[in-house]
Amino acid sequence: MYQFSSRLKSFSFALMVLGILGIGYGFWSAPKTDEDVEAILKEQEAHHGGAHHDSHATASHSEASHDSHANNEAHGKEDAHASHEATADNVKSVKYEDVIKLHDSIKNDTTHSSTVHASHIVADSAVVAEEKVSEVKSEVYVSKFHKEKVDHAAEHKEHIEHVKHQLQNKPWSALYVACIFFMLIAVGALAFYAIQWVAQSGWSPILFRVMEGVTAYVLPGSIIFFILLVLSGFHFNHLFTWMADGIADPKSENYDHIIAGKTGFLNVPFFLFRAAIFLFGWNLYRYVSRKNSIKLDQTKDLSFFKKNYNAAAMFLVFFIVSESVMSWDWIMSVDPHWYSTLFGWYVFASFFVSGITLITLTTIYLKNKGLLPEVNKSHLHDLAKFMFGISVFWTYLWFSQFMLMWYSNIPEEVTYFVTRIENYNLPFFGMVVMNFVFPLLILMNADFKRLQWVIVMAGIVILAGHYVDFFNMIMPATVGDQWFIGVSEISSVLFFAGLFIFVVFTALTKAPLSSDGNPYIEESKHFHY
Amino acid sequence: MSNKVVHAIYNDDDILLAAVHKTKAAHYHIEEVYTPFPVHGLDKAMGLPATRLAICAFLYGITGLFIYFNLLRYIMIQDWPQDIGGKPSFEFIQNMPAFVPVLFEGTVFFAAHLMVITFYMRSKLWPFKKAENPDVRTTDDHFLMEVGIHGNEEELVSFFKNTGAVEVKVIDKH
Repeated sequence: MYQFSSRLKSFSFALMVLGILGIGYGFWSAPKTDEDVEAILKEQEAHHGGAHHDSHATASHSEASHDSHANNEAHGKEDAHASHEATADNVKSVKYEDVIKLHDSIKNDTTHSSTVHASHIVADSAVVAEEKVSEVKSEVYVSKFHKEKVDHAAEHKEHIEHVKHQLQNKPWSALYVACIFFMLIAVGALAFYAIQWVAQSGWSPILFRVMEGVTAYVLPGSIIFFILLVLSGFHFNHLFTWMADGIADPKSENYDHIIAGKTGFLNVPFFLFRAAIFLFGWNLYRYVSRKNSIKLDQTKDLSFFKKNYNAAAMFLVFFIVSESVMSWDWIMSVDPHWYSTLFGWYVFASFFVSGITLITLTTIYLKNKGLLPEVNKSHLHDLAKFMFGISVFWTYLWFSQFMLMWYSNIPEEVTYFVTRIENYNLPFFGMVVMNFVFPLLILMNADFKRLQWVIVMAGIVILAGHYVDFFNMIMPATVGDQWFIGVSEISSVLFFAGLFIFVVFTALTKAPLSSDGNPYIEESKHFHY
Repeated sequence: MSNKVVHAIYNDDDILLAAVHKTKAAHYHIEEVYTPFPVHGLDKAMGLPATRLAICAFLYGITGLFIYFNLLRYIMIQDWPQDIGGKPSFEFIQNMPAFVPVLFEGTVFFAAHLMVITFYMRSKLWPFKKAENPDVRTTDDHFLMEVGIHGNEEELVSFFKNTGAVEVKVIDKH
């Protein structure tokens, strides 16, 4: 029996306490008024002007925010100009879209009657439009949210308001990213565990207890996560823009035509209902399988083996559907205008490899304590092969998603990557290095896959890389260019890491670490490659 | 000098593997083992050196990558640049994401095919080649270990009878 070492226990508590303090500080220090935001933006600009010797991340960050700010100001000025011209023609206000349309119609048909009387003014605004076409094309997002701007002051106020919402979202997003990441790690480990049962694999039963330990986090993780979703549903935060009031009401100023078409699926009650069903299903499987697995050991009755086989098969069917819908709901819907058909697989690959990595790291920790004497290098080799293989699989999906959208260059799709490459350049490409290049190079060699320190190093980089992956999936939609890895982000990770360690290692103490009742345990003990 | 060998025949891969370990421990020289399917760990048990096929695969892959790089660069950039979806087509690097699948497939194609050909050549396999296995049952459900005799015939026969062999034969090889 494993005993939760007091050092590890106090370490996990320390992480949790630090995490809670940091999360609290993050919420407390989020700006509450427009004035706070003004001050922050001023400071960022001053920062940008003065300090070039800063760390790369901060420099690029402030540059990005400054650029977008300047960009918006330019928009405002041009807009004022355009609207001035337009007022002369007794039009109340001019939208970007209108200017572009006008411009296009002139190009297409110069004798069009409706444009003739406006040709003088249009010729002028067409120049403006010309410049803007390129910008607007790459930033549909901007044009959607700045529909009718009249003057610079209003534009500035709106910008401040926007930044305020982003900064207020930041601690919530940090919490959300860490929460969903750690929960999905456990779910990924659960899927791996279920696959072992269905495949009746001979090499892995010796690791079943470790896997069951890691999956123990599914329950607390999903409870906290569900609470977060409920808080979002009740407007305690604004992570999900589609949850805003009046989003489907044509008279409301929040009205969004695209989201209105999706409300049959994206509405808060159905959203929470789905979440409850999925989380319940996963927890149910975890509970049933763990119970049968322990009983199998105690009674050596093979009917429990069959029950677990059936449970795993049914779970995997349920999982592959629920996982895909889950990824649309909890991750893709923060960008409600955008969609990707392979997103479910992409998210799955990300947390699946993280789950396998965590199983590996836990196994190595326990082995080094002398608690898993039967685990040999071949088991580690197999786990490392999975880490390597699923990392490549993740890259395949990441690239498939990126390449098709990059190539087709359809504004509504490519905006997703434009935002990330412009404002999240370092994390966006950094994660490809961490999740693909590094594991590829270091885990390619068969002998390296048997060395503990190599696996641990690769594992830590993979875990960090997939955290950044989730960060990149959530943050651009909720925080925009106001992101940085600050107190909120780090302490959210610390808190959930502490909780994870505590839950996992507590679960490991509950049963012997070797599942001796499994009919394949002998094969597993003698597994060699 | 007579070229006599012992053929020890087994009907289970685990028994075979155990026998190989014992034979190695007794310092008899295993000339060859014939199996109907690959037996895990047999190469290590026999003390065979690690395969160098992986190095070949790497070199072939690099070759394929290089060939496809040049092919793409010539077709898509140099000879006939096309406007595909408004993407810049005058520089390789700007079009790189679109070329990645092709480069990948080229790498795999070369590595896979050349590796198979290398393997056949190295194993001396070619069309209409006569089978080398001494007993036809090794293509069905039996495993055969061939051990050279150096004046210790009696000793070897009794040794292999004790390793779980279903049949032990002494063969005069020519």
